[in-house]
Amino acid sequence: MKIHEYQAKAILAKFGVPVPRGEVVTKKDEARAAAERLGTPVVVVKAQIHAGGRGKAGGVKIAKSAEEAATFAERMLGMQLVTPQTGPEGRIVRRVLVEEGLDIKRELYLSVLVDRAVGAPVFMASTAGGMEIEQVAKEHPEAILRETIRPETGFQAYHARKLAFGLGLSADLVQAAVPFLQSLYRAFVETDSSLLEINPCVVTGDGRLVALDAKVNFDDNALYRHPEFKELRDLDEETPLEVEASKYKLNYIKLDGTIACMVNGAGLAMATMDIIQLSGGSPANFLDVGGDASEERVKNAFRILLSDPNVKAVFINVFGGILRCDMLASGIVSAAKELRFKVPVVVRMEGTNVREGQEILRNSGLNFAVANGMKDGAEKAVALAGGAR
Amino acid sequence: MSILVNKSTRVVVQGLTGREGSFHSQQMIDYGTKIVAGVTPGKGGTKHLGVPIFNTVAEAARETGANAAMAFVPPPFAADAILEAVDAALPLVICIAEGIPVLDMVRVAAALKNSKTRLIGPNCPGTISPGQCKLGIMPGFIHKRGNVGVVSRSGTLTYEAVGQLTGLGIGQSTCVGIGGDPIIGTSFLDVIRMFNDDPETHAIVMIGEIGGNAEEIAADFIRKNVKKPVVGFIAGQTAPPGRRMGHAGAIISGGQGTAKEKYAALRAAGIHTVQSPAEIGQAMAAVLGKAKRKSGLKASPKKIAAGKAKTRAKKRK
Repeated sequence: MKIHEYQAKAILAKFGVPVPRGEVVTKKDEARAAAERLGTPVVVVKAQIHAGGRGKAGGVKIAKSAEEAATFAERMLGMQLVTPQTGPEGRIVRRVLVEEGLDIKRELYLSVLVDRAVGAPVFMASTAGGMEIEQVAKEHPEAILRETIRPETGFQAYHARKLAFGLGLSADLVQAAVPFLQSLYRAFVETDSSLLEINPCVVTGDGRLVALDAKVNFDDNALYRHPEFKELRDLDEETPLEVEASKYKLNYIKLDGTIACMVNGAGLAMATMDIIQLSGGSPANFLDVGGDASEERVKNAFRILLSDPNVKAVFINVFGGILRCDMLASGIVSAAKELRFKVPVVVRMEGTNVREGQEILRNSGLNFAVANGMKDGAEKAVALAGGAR
Repeated sequence: MSILVNKSTRVVVQGLTGREGSFHSQQMIDYGTKIVAGVTPGKGGTKHLGVPIFNTVAEAARETGANAAMAFVPPPFAADAILEAVDAALPLVICIAEGIPVLDMVRVAAALKNSKTRLIGPNCPGTISPGQCKLGIMPGFIHKRGNVGVVSRSGTLTYEAVGQLTGLGIGQSTCVGIGGDPIIGTSFLDVIRMFNDDPETHAIVMIGEIGGNAEEIAADFIRKNVKKPVVGFIAGQTAPPGRRMGHAGAIISGGQGTAKEKYAALRAAGIHTVQSPAEIGQAMAAVLGKAKRKSGLKASPKKIAAGKAKTRAKKRK
């Protein structure tokens, strides 16, 4: 789960991580008032969307007066901000963060995430703060410091010292960096984050370390341990159909093709997208109905697939294990009767209770194209959707 | 032989009395798996599905000589269940649960390191040695005993591959679903090593997915050490970047993780790759046909025909 910068900073502040003073606002006048309250010679106005690359796209501005801050805020609010991470449609800015300006001497990069290859968290740091870390990793991998944190010991002061001295901080600053880094790590663990990134973390003229930006992603699987995070979710930042799908525990990702797919299992779902493409078509979505799908869930899945106006054909590809084909077939039939759609449907079923399932489809009086194998199914779906591109 | 599980595998099921546990345990028993104990705290001393229930895994193992655990426990309690099996020093534990918090798995991974236990999963269908032992949730009837080892990160895609193999008359030694989570107990490399050492496994199917670099690591091992033919497929060739795997994860594995890179690594290792998931079975039939001709063994005419058809198809391309 992603959250906004201002929310991430509020959480980090609770763990003792120094962040700039600031206020989040939704109106021009509020921005002016916030800038006046901050009272610094310059303030920074930052668009709050769930995507990086805001600076270059015009989503971060330095204002030299409260009036200028108000002007920037007015310009940003309601704007469709397009960054390399938002896709061409961009994101609408609904809030801006007004923060004190700081006297920045150095910019550093810090992050904590789980290294899947090692099976443990890794703390990364680099002197190339403010730059895109992907680029640094490609061009100067040696410039990224890494400390793997064993869960048996946790993050110790020496880990922090190694990183801080490695960044070339002075002895005085290392003293400040140790509790700073320890707080970050504690925040990562105690909030069950999947990614915590401070880019940049700045050294100020008066010798302080401050988290100038903050990105925190929570591990979706651990959200049950943090019911208070529920209110941090911003549904405006998510694709409406994906939000709808998540209500029914459907793993749905909207794509821009014309063939909707309904599949059980993530691997088979990806493979189904692949074979649609190989057959000359393009998938409209990724959808994993899960192993324990009920008739109700199948019906909802159908409804969501069909509310995508680009869809010209539906390809159902199910290899029944726990999910029984007869149950799936009943779900499809009742969805078809209820939703009365005109889009052609290709069904490929295999596995548990496949005969009973096919029987139900045949006896439904509805016109389903039954496929023999996933290749046949994909080809039929492509043909029904209007042929190969 | 087969790997991981066979006729002498004695299973303790954690969560046997639950809805899912009951359903799948019955299926496993019907397949012929020896389930010797169940564990449900507080229900010790009772029986379920004719199997004695114990309060702890340690007690169950001591009393019944169980040598493998199968955990049917919801994600919030799954790490605890795995750790209990590790504590009882069981050689094998399989965890099906999807949705275990990753930091829980960090602790589990650390505990596994200095233990006698091998974990398969989580977020996996389990493992099966056809005709001997089914330790998982896969539909047993699609399998056929034979000599092809199957290893995959996905559940239903494994069934797909197995279904194709069985349809062509090609049996399997063992099929292992290693699981789709970022942190798993057993990797492609681990399973490929076991298949390489298993005399009953003559060829291997490896089904990968985008993300991480486990396929690349296994491919490197295959290039250096594996003489048995390997057929490979990677799911997610058309998946949009950034949706399933975070940027930061890709940095750590050195920018690896796309289907294109994985295919390149597989091909460089001499693996017979297929672009279409519908061709996994045919590709194996072709490979086996060739291998048998080479070694002078008699292959079935059906397999040779399939092999020839494949070669012709390739030439046309």
